[in-house]
Amino acid sequence: MTIYGTALLAGCHLLGIIFGELIGRSLGMTTNVGGVGIAMILLISLRFFLHKRGMFTETSETGVQYWSALYIPVVVAMAMQQNVIAALRGGPVALLAAVGTVAACSLCISFINRLEK
Amino acid sequence: MLTEILEKVSKDNGLIMAFAVVGIITLLSGFISRKLTLGRIQGSAIAILIGLGLAYVGGKMTGGSKGLADVTYFGGLALMGGNMLRDFAIVATAFEVHPEEAKKAGWIGAVALLLGTVVPFIVGVLIAYAFGYRDAVSMTTIGAGAITYIVGPVTGAAIGASSDVMALSIATGVIKAIIVMVTTPMLAGFLRLKTPRSAMVFGGLAGTVSGVSAGLAATDRKLVPYGALVATFHTGIGCLLGPSVLFLAVKALV
Repeated sequence: MTIYGTALLAGCHLLGIIFGELIGRSLGMTTNVGGVGIAMILLISLRFFLHKRGMFTETSETGVQYWSALYIPVVVAMAMQQNVIAALRGGPVALLAAVGTVAACSLCISFINRLEK
Repeated sequence: MLTEILEKVSKDNGLIMAFAVVGIITLLSGFISRKLTLGRIQGSAIAILIGLGLAYVGGKMTGGSKGLADVTYFGGLALMGGNMLRDFAIVATAFEVHPEEAKKAGWIGAVALLLGTVVPFIVGVLIAYAFGYRDAVSMTTIGAGAITYIVGPVTGAAIGASSDVMALSIATGVIKAIIVMVTTPMLAGFLRLKTPRSAMVFGGLAGTVSGVSAGLAATDRKLVPYGALVATFHTGIGCLLGPSVLFLAVKALV
């Protein structure tokens, strides 16, 4: 059943967020700390666990894959509701941060790959 | 009468309307990607840029802070692109990671991944600082955006960044992805992109899945899976470290 996949995803999502809230509280913050990342690790582990026991059918997987495929469209929708006008007032910050990042990372890649014999 | 009906229908079916609008934009950006950039710039990156452009138009039209979602017909975008569905879809992408293949990526992939999280973050934070952002939340959000355009808003939402800083953070990530896509084939020699191992290092450090997969595809198709495999961990690790370790580190320094 497709819903099993989506329900598994929902369960991991909620558990991750709850853990994130708990970590946040224990660090003295009201914010969620790493909830999404924890949810992802939960999903990877659970998928591995269930797959090994043959408890997760291909039909169930489509219930997760659909949402995974929707992530770019969701990000596009997210982009459409950003406060771009306010961001542009920030000016060249985004451009410089991006260029600086790519330059710094390129140097690291080049250095590490030159170590390979 | 027609406008009245349209208004009512789009209001009662906000999310459905959003699906249709995003679908049309994706179709359009796929066309632009293939015909105008010859596949050099990935459709998803163009779609995001169009989205940011429309957010600008929406903001100009309404004077609101939610971009196109403030315009009558497009209110459903706020739900589709809101925190709930965004995080749900991002968690779902973890499904594409195969643990047994990940093990083969080995320690060098992990090192590159960690460097690829910390180096962009530091550069982003320093530039944010240089431009007058002195609060830990804004600096962390912009730094996280330099990791990927997903990590930026996820981190920003978690630590309570303002919408304009979030937009700046997304813009940083999108610009970074586009630079990686466009410059990778040109920099392939300098980066020594020849072997699967070098592609894994690249995937870890260059970050965004879209940037890495498009950049490698334009360089050497055989290298794509190796780079993408490591890059798929990027968003997860960024989302884990961004609002936690990295935010606390910045907070401690400010």
